[in-house]
Amino acid sequence: MSRRLLRVMSICILASCRNRGGDTDAREPQRTYGLGATATAAQIAAVDVDVGPDGAGLPPGHGTPNEGQVIYARQCASCHGDRGEGKAPLYPRLVGRDPIAEGFRFGQDERLPKTIGNYWPYATTVFDYVRRAMPLNAPGSLTNDEVYAVTAFLLSANQIVPGETILDSAKLAAVRMPYANRFVKDDRKGGREVR
Amino acid sequence: MSRERESAEVLVGQSAPDGDPTKAPGAPTTPVGTRSPSITSARGPTGSSSGSSFTPLQDFSGTITPSDLHFEVHHAGVPAIDPAKHTLLIHGLVDKPLLFSLADLKRFPQVTRVYFIECAGNGVLGWGDGLFGKPNPGLTPQQLAGLTSNSEWTGVPLKIVLDEAGVSRRAKWFLAEGGDACLMARSIPLEKAYDDALIVWAQNGEALRPAQGFPMRLLLPGWEGSANVKWLRRLELGTRPWMTRWETATYTDPLANGTARQFSFEMDARSVITTPAHPETITRGWRQISGLAWSGRGKIARVEISTDSGQTWSRARLEEPVRSKAHTRFTHMWDWKGEETIIYSRATDETGYVQPTRAQLIRVRGAGTQYHFNPIYGWRVLPNGRVFFFGAT
Repeated sequence: MSRRLLRVMSICILASCRNRGGDTDAREPQRTYGLGATATAAQIAAVDVDVGPDGAGLPPGHGTPNEGQVIYARQCASCHGDRGEGKAPLYPRLVGRDPIAEGFRFGQDERLPKTIGNYWPYATTVFDYVRRAMPLNAPGSLTNDEVYAVTAFLLSANQIVPGETILDSAKLAAVRMPYANRFVKDDRKGGREVR
Repeated sequence: MSRERESAEVLVGQSAPDGDPTKAPGAPTTPVGTRSPSITSARGPTGSSSGSSFTPLQDFSGTITPSDLHFEVHHAGVPAIDPAKHTLLIHGLVDKPLLFSLADLKRFPQVTRVYFIECAGNGVLGWGDGLFGKPNPGLTPQQLAGLTSNSEWTGVPLKIVLDEAGVSRRAKWFLAEGGDACLMARSIPLEKAYDDALIVWAQNGEALRPAQGFPMRLLLPGWEGSANVKWLRRLELGTRPWMTRWETATYTDPLANGTARQFSFEMDARSVITTPAHPETITRGWRQISGLAWSGRGKIARVEISTDSGQTWSRARLEEPVRSKAHTRFTHMWDWKGEETIIYSRATDETGYVQPTRAQLIRVRGAGTQYHFNPIYGWRVLPNGRVFFFGAT
């Protein structure tokens, strides 16, 4: 057997091993075109604002519910109300653990008010969203400490964390929301069955 | 005088004796065309930077939605983006993080395809009883189903751009983020990138309109509108979803069994009759029933029409070509003899999924569910020819 044939065979074997890694052929790169510029770490850091449900991406910093209440009154209450009650239809209710809406019966009655406390499955989402999008008229203007404080205030007002919490990345990542286990993967698949 | 008024008057040309346009010279050429002054098609409601504006489905023929009437849903308004400064970053679990300008993307192999985009909330006004009150018999096709639009999109398959950065085998999801004032972001399963996802920059032959994502957006054929992130500025590859607000607090579907369905991307098959419909008044005799059908899972296989309140059904004619994950126009000739009746359309897609009644959907999802409202809806025709929405199917 020639050396070249052996080499071709070993490449084929390597390739088939690679395919057995569990990924489909669709993910095999077809080719590249040498387009685009290499992104520097600084260019990535400038826009890489996302936070994951495991706390990945949370920045250094901390804040308390009391600090957050002051910021909330100044930056958030004009739309979301003094106590997070919201203003329909544009500004959602944020706070509330009314017994009437506890138990996740939203599928039966659309009027039950959804809040961070009785619906949102991840506490990290509060931080991520406030940092991305709030306040409405000056998004991205809060410091990380202020975002931690507002997050702490909203979680405390929803009876998720104690009022004396000093919220930081580790504490936020450890928060478990009461109804997280109610969220299920889409099980619709087409075909005759209506789901 | 507004510029629009001026050009409308130019279009009319010189006033002709007795209003006869053949008796006076017509209008000269113009740099940008406008609609006839007698056409008043408009989206609505307008004026809110985080809200929905519906497309006037009843005004359209064929399948393509005019770009300037494509429905709008924004979460923090339409950003003013300088295309020369806009970049798309691809990073995370890739071999080589890359920045692309619009000009870079246009150097890749391009494809042009027709797809619908439909907001997950389309149809909510016909659903009834909840936050929005009982369905109003005065609903029009625009209010009932005007959060869907159909366009010819041009762009590059997402997988080609991802291959350029080299996606790690550990990556299972990507985050798509827009450059609007809320940095709207959705987590998307990576399989969609290797199926039919595109990054598009053109809509119906011209650059995207700002309201549809200028200068570039994600296009996920058949998937709920909000996942088709507009003003796309960043794609991050990762191992799990990010659980942004728009895939937890909103765009999740509470079900009757006390759970909420998450990442419910695919749009179920649906059809809507766009004429006759409210507020038309019809007269006896032959007329065409016409409407649109579509499915997020592939092609429409058939549309059936009932003109006798659901007792009998017959197959509508489908306008060719029937495209996958695109609006399909259906038509059916009807001889109305003056009886009171309800007319319905019912779509079946190529997976065998039959558009359900509202009662069927409530049984499996609950009356309080949100998003993905695709039931059969009807139009009630009164003996005097007036037509009203009928939602209790």
